[in-house]
Amino acid sequence: MEFSGISSYVVSLAIMAGIYAVFCLGLNIQWGYTGLFNIGIAGFFCIGAYTSAMITTPMPSGIYAQYVHQIFGLNLPFVFGLMGAAIVCGVVALLIGIPTLRLGEDYLAIATLGIAETIRLIFNNEQWLANGPRGLMDMPQPFHSVVSPQNYNYIYLIITVIAMVIIYFAIEKAIRSPWGRVLRAIREDEGSASMSGKDVFNFKMQSLIFGSMVMGIGGALYAHYTKAISPSVFTPLYGTFIIWVMLMAGGSGNNKGAILGAYVIWGIWVGTKFVTDFLPYTLQSRAPYIRFLIIGILLEVILIYRPQGLLGEEKKISKLLD
Amino acid sequence: MTILKVDSVSAGYVPESNILHDLSLELNEGEIVSVIGPNGAGKSTLLKTIFGLLKPKSGKIQLKNEVISGLKPFRIAQKGVSYVPQVNNVFPSLTIQENLEMGAFIRSDDYSDTMEEVYTLFPVLKERKNQKAGQLSGGQRQMVAMGRALMLKPEVLLLDEPSAGLAPIFVSSIFDKIKEINATGVSIIIVEQNAKEALKMSHRGYVLAMGQNVLDDKSDALLANEEVGRLYLGG
Amino acid sequence: MIELIVYGIVLGSIIALGAIGLTMVYRIVGFANFAHGEFMTGGAYVALFVVTILLPWIGFPDSRFVPLSFGWRMVIAFPIAMAVVAILAIALDKILYKKLRAKKSGPVILAMASLGASFIIRMTILIIWGSDYIFYRPGLMRPALDLPLSVKIRPDQIFIFCAAIFLVILLHLFLKRTKMGKAMRATADNTDLALVTGIDTERIIAWTWAIGGGLAAAGGVLYGIDVQLHPGMGWNFLIPIFAATILGSIGNIYGALIGGFVIGIAQQVSTAFLAPTYKLAVAFMIMILILLIRPQGIFGKE
Ligand SMILES: Nc1ncnc2c1ncn2[C@@H]1O[C@H](COP(=O)(O)OP(=O)(O)OP(=O)(O)O)[C@@H](O)[C@H]1O
Ligand SMILES: [Mg+2]
Repeated sequence: MEFSGISSYVVSLAIMAGIYAVFCLGLNIQWGYTGLFNIGIAGFFCIGAYTSAMITTPMPSGIYAQYVHQIFGLNLPFVFGLMGAAIVCGVVALLIGIPTLRLGEDYLAIATLGIAETIRLIFNNEQWLANGPRGLMDMPQPFHSVVSPQNYNYIYLIITVIAMVIIYFAIEKAIRSPWGRVLRAIREDEGSASMSGKDVFNFKMQSLIFGSMVMGIGGALYAHYTKAISPSVFTPLYGTFIIWVMLMAGGSGNNKGAILGAYVIWGIWVGTKFVTDFLPYTLQSRAPYIRFLIIGILLEVILIYRPQGLLGEEKKISKLLD
Repeated sequence: MTILKVDSVSAGYVPESNILHDLSLELNEGEIVSVIGPNGAGKSTLLKTIFGLLKPKSGKIQLKNEVISGLKPFRIAQKGVSYVPQVNNVFPSLTIQENLEMGAFIRSDDYSDTMEEVYTLFPVLKERKNQKAGQLSGGQRQMVAMGRALMLKPEVLLLDEPSAGLAPIFVSSIFDKIKEINATGVSIIIVEQNAKEALKMSHRGYVLAMGQNVLDDKSDALLANEEVGRLYLGG
Repeated sequence: MIELIVYGIVLGSIIALGAIGLTMVYRIVGFANFAHGEFMTGGAYVALFVVTILLPWIGFPDSRFVPLSFGWRMVIAFPIAMAVVAILAIALDKILYKKLRAKKSGPVILAMASLGASFIIRMTILIIWGSDYIFYRPGLMRPALDLPLSVKIRPDQIFIFCAAIFLVILLHLFLKRTKMGKAMRATADNTDLALVTGIDTERIIAWTWAIGGGLAAAGGVLYGIDVQLHPGMGWNFLIPIFAATILGSIGNIYGALIGGFVIGIAQQVSTAFLAPTYKLAVAFMIMILILLIRPQGIFGKE
């Protein structure tokens, strides 16, 4: 009993870390390989989760229709949810890229930050869209009838890991291709990449869309894991900031680092909970803030003392060129 | 007496490669020395190195027997060297008066006399002292840049292509001003594209190519030198 | 509608105080400071500490300038809040940004560090004060005055506008009249030439942080007087102050002032058609619009 309690705890931890690893991989395409400063990950997180939720759940009917509103409900299988999430996030990335990718890198940051806040506001305020602040529930879980409900997380862990591994190899392949080499060249030095501004713009756009699609899948994985989403989940803290810390900790420009960072930082994040449990009762309500304070300080320490992260950047491009 | 001495200096912008190779130059008190050479020869790099914007990788630079290589630019400025860069050498949104005040930033004494002297040298600046430097013509900007440098009452003035981009009539008037400045006792190193004109007003000249000394001599001798004439003076 | 415009001017003067500092830091220190909103929050809470804890503790009498909602305690707290945040901003530069500059980290890394700093500041405030909404003076009736054109406005709001304008004039005089102010403008114009001229650019950077932090703190306190305090208030100002900065052209102080008013008015007027919670999205949409049609802002050159 004791053992199964611990192991199910470890499994749930591994699933969340795996989902975050997917986000880190998506961010790594944008930041690690192209130098795009996206600080609105929470927005893609949110859209991915909601899109998949609405693709896979039926339109509420009967008495539910009075309480649950959503703009559509397609009742399609899980895989369609993942794909839909990726596509919608790709479209949003395209829209945000158009006004910003020609400008300096910080404009993208401000714009993505703004879009993330705006998306959260929209989901919070528009009841008809996805049930407003109460959010959506009961997203279907694939293969849920195969095992008993208390053991289902093992299945979902496998699904998460498979998704993570497929995405990992897809990115590795893309990065080693000529396309990936151009991305690197853009990140290193835009001017001398011997390309027209239009080409640079197109490559950045492709990278932004690719990374955002991966984030959409991450959002979908999250929705079907927790089976309950609401706008309050997709805050800058949980949805953006911690992912940045993970990637910087693991090593940007390194897909293994992105995954490692997700597991390490999620481990630290969960670990800090054990520490704050020792706080006096009066301080318990402040515990999450103390934990985030620690994560914030950790980021600054990484930036100053180990900007390359745990693993550092893989120099795969130059290896190929030699 | 030698006031500034560049002694076998090598320097560059990146660790791996040097732009200046073993370069030497001397400036005597009261002299105007011209540095001429083709585009990319390293003339601007030489002035930047003297002024401490680049650190020599070997060799040393002395100001009146004191080694100044390795010092920060504002320290070198405090020791009496002023530098007028080739481009972007005024503060465009500041008025002329404010540009000159900035020139005296590190002075804590009363600099109103110096400002009067600058205005006497360039009367047109006084007329427009409340106009923004960004709105001035190229020649007037060059005057502001020189005036700003003079506010420190320098003993050595480094000028990087003061005549670049100026209409011919302004070129000669700028050169006249440089001679006037020199007459007040300021020693000057001037880098110039208008090599002939520059040599005519200077005492000695250095020819640079690929970051190395090619030739140095009295200005008259360089002007008379056929090869120099053909290669660097345009016929 | 006229009333909404008047409210917009009040909100705009608060946004402008944030945007002016942001634009100065952007130009002189050279990166987008995502912790600028938290400077506003920080200022508001420092003033809260002085007004509700420090001054009562030393027995400073409570007073109120009727019809305004505050008294001498706030008059003392206001400059203290500005000074504390100014020092905090300089300290942050010394322990964080300066180290990154020394390592030749790019502006994006500095911006990322500022994002981290913003969370650190916000979390600290949350740890100390919790997540409640707080008033400087709870339970006070704050009647509005009736102005012509059926505009209702609280005396506090008139004070907010005047205080913001007063600070902007002070800044203007500092930049135009003092040696340090001129050197700041020179550095903003051309950092390399400033260095050549002998201006100590690190000192200029410290001054920039002090002014930016101080003005942001003032904006935060004024917002606290107008509405209430909340640890997320500064974060909600971040998009509007960036929008104002970009609208007024990055680096242009007077542009940021005008941008602040434009964004503030747009945000308030939008409440006639949209839910008030969308104010932030309105600022964001304006920013995107500017990026599409005139990314250099109204005062920028092609
Ligand atoms: N900031 C810099 N970083 C790297 N290389 C530079 C830089 N400035 C100049 N160079 C290089 O140094 C070399 C010498 O340049 P420099 O500006 O000293 O030439 P110059 O003789 O002044 O030429 P010009 O007559 O065009 O002004 C050139 O090859 C140039 O490309
Ligand atoms: Mg040159």
